[in-house]
Amino acid sequence: MSKTVVMVGTRKGCFLLESDERRLEWEVRGPFCEGWPIYHVVRDDDSGAIYAAAASEWHGASVWRSPDLGETWTQSSEGLEYGDSGLKLSKVSGLTAAHGRLFAGAEMPGIFESRDEGKTWQVLSTLDGQPDRESWNDPANQPPGHLGVPAILPHPDDSSRYWAIVQGIGIFETTDDGSSWTPRNRGLRADWPIENPEVGYCVHKLVMSPLDSDRLYQQNHVGMHRSDDAGQSWTEITEGLPTEFGFAAAAHPHDRDTFYVIPLDPGHGRCMPDGQAAVWRTRDAGAAWERLDDGLPQQDAHVGVLREGMAIDNHEVPGLYFGTSTGQLFASADDGQSWSEIASYLPGIASVEVAIVD
Amino acid sequence: MAEVYLPSTLRPLFAGLPRHVELDAATVDEALDLLEERWPGLRDRLCEPGSGEPAPVLRRHIHVYVDRERAALETALEPRSRVDVIAAISGG
Repeated sequence: MSKTVVMVGTRKGCFLLESDERRLEWEVRGPFCEGWPIYHVVRDDDSGAIYAAAASEWHGASVWRSPDLGETWTQSSEGLEYGDSGLKLSKVSGLTAAHGRLFAGAEMPGIFESRDEGKTWQVLSTLDGQPDRESWNDPANQPPGHLGVPAILPHPDDSSRYWAIVQGIGIFETTDDGSSWTPRNRGLRADWPIENPEVGYCVHKLVMSPLDSDRLYQQNHVGMHRSDDAGQSWTEITEGLPTEFGFAAAAHPHDRDTFYVIPLDPGHGRCMPDGQAAVWRTRDAGAAWERLDDGLPQQDAHVGVLREGMAIDNHEVPGLYFGTSTGQLFASADDGQSWSEIASYLPGIASVEVAIVD
Repeated sequence: MAEVYLPSTLRPLFAGLPRHVELDAATVDEALDLLEERWPGLRDRLCEPGSGEPAPVLRRHIHVYVDRERAALETALEPRSRVDVIAAISGG
């Protein structure tokens, strides 16, 4: 019988939760990675290894690897540096395993790759020559922390083609394995002055339908958006949601028109509106939205979910999972219709991913 | 031989790393090079590229003391120096 494994990155280490196909009872294991802050945990379905992007205040950024579902771990940062380019790496933000290699998105903005299962890393691109590239690396322009590349979205069939998010700047696509890039932000909205209309957009999360590589969805700082042409143009689909702001998003594994988001208050609090927790689902590509809250706290639940904080499995009836920045982990085994809290007192959660392991 | 005392946070990261190592090194930098030879990757846990210059520096929250005096990578070691590498008291 297969196992469903939820991988959770927290402020104080990585945790793994395991269940069977029914996904009703969960065993929590961890903390792993010596309690380092973990920003993203992913599984490479080809090798079965789990990777965790970490940045310790004491010992710096590194990527941890477990080949055996958390039994043993090693870490390496060999090559995770920008050399003489003037850029400084402060954090590894997002990991992607695809086509036999690993990508790591970093702060300051850049993309690293590993072709030896995380033992060594090489700079793949710092998006040189892109519009506004110099200003986004100017220390005077940095928000708290640094701008970075929080995510790389691979094409399912073409290993040379992928999309990268640069925080506060937008989406860039490469079709030649990072040698050149094209901004993919047409149709997006910004509530702040923009000099070059190609860039300057705050993309929080980008997901692709597993059924259709042209169908992308994004949660933006200002609005939900859909693309039907692999990001060449975007259409806003915010209407019907309680707020335009949020971080997390997920795409249904078996239906290209079904998609999930977690709207948040856009102010500094960035919690679910009115202290009532809910995930929102569209079944028609954003024409209408429905609120999913059965089993979620509906009073005094001032919780937020970060950009990698929601995941969906690919069971026939998919399970949804989200973790809050205050350490509660919720799960649904029925496509979001009903929910239960499967861990209550984890450290603040940065990322949730899920894998089905035979 | 200088006596180098390492922070407990390093030990789980490197198989067989003891808390206390004796090394024949002329500077803190050289001592870290010798540690790196025996435990590859260790140097990167204590040092980072300097800001605006290629030469590495100690990480912000890693403090090194040589014979109880705050030290830097270039600090010289005496044959019987005691080197304490400290992960700063911080966090919560």
